[in-house]
Amino acid sequence: MKQELVIIGAGMASGRVIEHLLKEDPDAFEITLFNAEPRGNYNRIMLSPVLSGDKSYADIITHTDDWYEQNGITCRFGEHVVRIDRETGTVVGQRGALPYDKLLIATGSAPFIIPVEGKDLPGVITYRDLDDTNAMIEAAASGGKAVVIGGGLLGLEAAAGLKERGMDVTVLHLMGHLMERQLDESAGFLLRRDLEKRGIKVKCRASTAAILGETRVEGVLLEDNEGLEADLVVMAVGIRPETRLATDAGLDVARGITVDAELRTSDPDIHAVGECVEFDGQLFGLVAPLYDQARVVADSLLGRSAAFTPKELSTKLKVTGCDLFSAGDFADGAGREDIVFRDPSRGVYKRLVLEENRLVGAVFYGDTRDSNWFFGLIQSGEDISEMRDTLIFGPAYQGGAALDPMAAVAALPLDAEICGCNGVSKGDIVAAIEGGATDLGTVRSLTKASSSCGTCTGLVEQVLGVTLGDDFVIPAAASICGCTDLSHEDVRRMIKSRELKSMAAVWQELGWKTSCGCHVCRPALNFYLLADWPLEYRDDPQSRFINERKHANIQKDGTYSVVPRMWGGMTTPDELRAIADAAEKYNVPTVHVTGGQRIDLLGVRGEDLPAIWADLNAAGMVSGHAYAKGLRTVKTCVGKDHCRFGTQDSTGLGIALEKRLWGSWTPHKVKLAVSGCPRNCAEATCKDIGVVCVDSGYQIGVAGAAGMDVKETERLADVATEQEALDLITAFFQLYRENAKYLDRPYKWVAKVGLDWVKDQVFDADTRQGLIERFELSQSIYQKDPWAEEARKSGEKYQPLADFKLEAAE
Amino acid sequence: MSQDWIDIGELSDIPARGARVVRTAVGCVAVFRTGSDEVFALQNRCPHKGGPLSEGIVHGKSVTCPLHNWVFSLETGEAQGADVGHVRTYPARIEAGRILLETSFLQARMAAE
Ligand SMILES: Cc1cc2nc3c(=O)[nH]c(=O)nc-3n(C[C@H](O)[C@H](O)[C@H](O)COP(=O)(O)OP(=O)(O)OC[C@H]3O[C@@H](n4cnc5c(N)ncnc54)[C@H](O)[C@@H]3O)c2cc1C
Ligand code: SF4
Ligand code: SF4
Ligand code: FES
Repeated sequence: MKQELVIIGAGMASGRVIEHLLKEDPDAFEITLFNAEPRGNYNRIMLSPVLSGDKSYADIITHTDDWYEQNGITCRFGEHVVRIDRETGTVVGQRGALPYDKLLIATGSAPFIIPVEGKDLPGVITYRDLDDTNAMIEAAASGGKAVVIGGGLLGLEAAAGLKERGMDVTVLHLMGHLMERQLDESAGFLLRRDLEKRGIKVKCRASTAAILGETRVEGVLLEDNEGLEADLVVMAVGIRPETRLATDAGLDVARGITVDAELRTSDPDIHAVGECVEFDGQLFGLVAPLYDQARVVADSLLGRSAAFTPKELSTKLKVTGCDLFSAGDFADGAGREDIVFRDPSRGVYKRLVLEENRLVGAVFYGDTRDSNWFFGLIQSGEDISEMRDTLIFGPAYQGGAALDPMAAVAALPLDAEICGCNGVSKGDIVAAIEGGATDLGTVRSLTKASSSCGTCTGLVEQVLGVTLGDDFVIPAAASICGCTDLSHEDVRRMIKSRELKSMAAVWQELGWKTSCGCHVCRPALNFYLLADWPLEYRDDPQSRFINERKHANIQKDGTYSVVPRMWGGMTTPDELRAIADAAEKYNVPTVHVTGGQRIDLLGVRGEDLPAIWADLNAAGMVSGHAYAKGLRTVKTCVGKDHCRFGTQDSTGLGIALEKRLWGSWTPHKVKLAVSGCPRNCAEATCKDIGVVCVDSGYQIGVAGAAGMDVKETERLADVATEQEALDLITAFFQLYRENAKYLDRPYKWVAKVGLDWVKDQVFDADTRQGLIERFELSQSIYQKDPWAEEARKSGEKYQPLADFKLEAAE
Repeated sequence: MSQDWIDIGELSDIPARGARVVRTAVGCVAVFRTGSDEVFALQNRCPHKGGPLSEGIVHGKSVTCPLHNWVFSLETGEAQGADVGHVRTYPARIEAGRILLETSFLQARMAAE
């Protein structure tokens, strides 16, 4: 006699189960299929093409009414199952109960809805089934603005579909880059660029605070108070297994319905399959593993032994023009090696992750032709040591001879373009060499090749090498670190010329060899980006050394030192009293006067930092940036107000300079001094910038040093007025910010570029004005007291995350 | 030994490529979050001169000590490159956006005391 099999949910998993059952043993079961949706099985993953208009619903139906009828399956579509009664072995639907011998739960998952105000307004929808898709198509018919919350697979497919249908679409994503679970930052950057090219706006690190509207949705408010208009809001932030029936029936449920390898739940008569299950701590959100499960569950229902083993998964995004692929585990780490290939001009990025000579993960963007071959290698775990050198080039290159780059350049025809920016061909360069050029600099000045963005520098050098033979040794410019072959100067130049405005953009476009840089290059890049793009770039605290991240100097014992600013070295009894009070309150063991005329409180505990800052702030003081690669101090003498030799108000000029320059980040620390006469009590002639006041005005010196090297300043200019002095110094300061290599003090940088070049720049009225304007623009963003900001809003991050010492004591 | 996982907070309590410390009776444990949202727990003391590793720069699955730039693997706790040294590691994982720390090492120690 046939057994009664009841299936709850006509989704992608149960559709497959039924096919297997019918194929293996059509007479085993009398099948009843419930589905909450008023329709049978269709290919859910093709909803995206339906949304974008590439397909219609009819194209994606997998099982038609006729099919169910021919196979004798009783369909109860449009009917929710409301309860499972295990005592009596019945399933209760909205239209009546039904007994079962075997029960299969295949309820899939429910979209996650972020619990913000306004989430229930009309016009706010999720993306899960045909009804959602139709609702979106309908909304798009009247145009307008759509906001998609969630930059994962689903959100981006929804965004692309709505854009296709003519809406103005913005994607909000909580994390730093799109599809962060499947892609690393570099691939995420390329994806974002491609989406932006098609007119979709993307906002990362955007957290939704509320959905606005009276009777229907009108907009979205972000946590940082930015508001966006919206006629339609699609929530695609994630899914959670639909386990309500199972929980109510008393089955074991963790995050999903817990099943064994045969997909049996804690009740042997009840199986579960698909997105609603949890196996071995894992959930499943893609169809490939569900299809494996379907086969196993069918066998298990038929009493045959079978076992489900999760396999590696791969992901593709179904948005035309966004070619991406990711599989396996692509996080980097010890014992793991990366092979990274980047072709910036084609927008191609490929990354393979190897462990013990096996491929364990892969991320491709822009060129995914060979992805199946790589995926096969991940799944099989085959030893790849033999083909390691050419692995990244794909199957076509296996077994062939490796290409010698010099031979490749030698083989190029004379009309091949070498420098794209300036349209210089190999022939032009060869002609320059035949005309006497023997080094890169000469080729650059004769042909302009490699004089703009510089990415072709390597190629130009190879042409020199091929043409001159042994007479030319390709120079190895010191690179920033092991992550790149480019020098600091090249990177700075390209950040400007190619308008690279994020760390991920630099890594991708300049071909970084690691996934996310290292402690050497990241702080440098962070500075370059914020100096060049103060408005667009977002400072990254995780790419700063501890002193700047904690706004205090770390000492050898792990405590910190705190130095409040004393403008121009001036202070008042009130300030001194507040400093003394703070020193007492926080048990500061050492109070020291620094060489730059400030008071240093040494030995403050990390947790106390926000509190001591708040106290000093309350007394009117701000951070002295004694920890910063930025303006540290402006030392002054008392000048003409008190000193019998004083010629000008040196203290006043010192204060004015400090007020103008403080808070700006620079390649290295910068110290200034102003002396009131040539007796030079403030020691202005061994500072990065020093002013000596004289009867006729101000002598400005730059590029002095008194650290590991001791060096006298060089005279930049003699000027008559304080305003001229302020302007020239500001321009010099900005020129240094815009051009120097990270960790070069001004004296090192001036030695490289030459004082004459510096003078040419700052004496030219237009250039000077431009430098000052750019400096002021940057100050409008960055001249902020970090103490005030941190003490107010992120004090908690200075505290331990948890404290088990306390718990143990309780 | 039995596994004892304790929930110490939300993944977002730690910035990506950053760390926070957990204070325990056996010293501070630094809990790291990598750029690809994995978590690792290590003793917060550099074997060189005691630098607080939680304050270092995190790159890939490594951290650079803030005091003298030794680099350690977050997975094994071994010093990388030319330096020789080891930091203790403890099991940590993420579940549903929460960070779990395996804390049987605490009890083992406390029972012994
Ligand atoms: C737009 C979209 C695009 C996708 N793209 C891809 C892709 O490209 N690749 C990929 O691998 N995966 C993709 N997925 C995911 C994939 O669709 C799911 O993993 C898969 O559909 C899950 O199958 P399932 O059978 O477990 O659940 P579902 O297919 O969701 O089916 C569950 C069914 O159960 C019904 N149900 C729930 N509760 C009850 C109840 N109480 N009574 C009666 N019926 C009930 C539901 O109405 C639903 O019809 C996509 C998903 C969506 C929404
Ligand atoms: S530098 Fe000149 S003006 Fe200033 S304190 Fe010394 S002697 Fe006086
Ligand atoms: S001179 Fe050397 S020892 Fe003295 S404070 Fe500066 S870095 Fe430290
Ligand atoms: S204390 Fe860590 S490197 Fe010196």
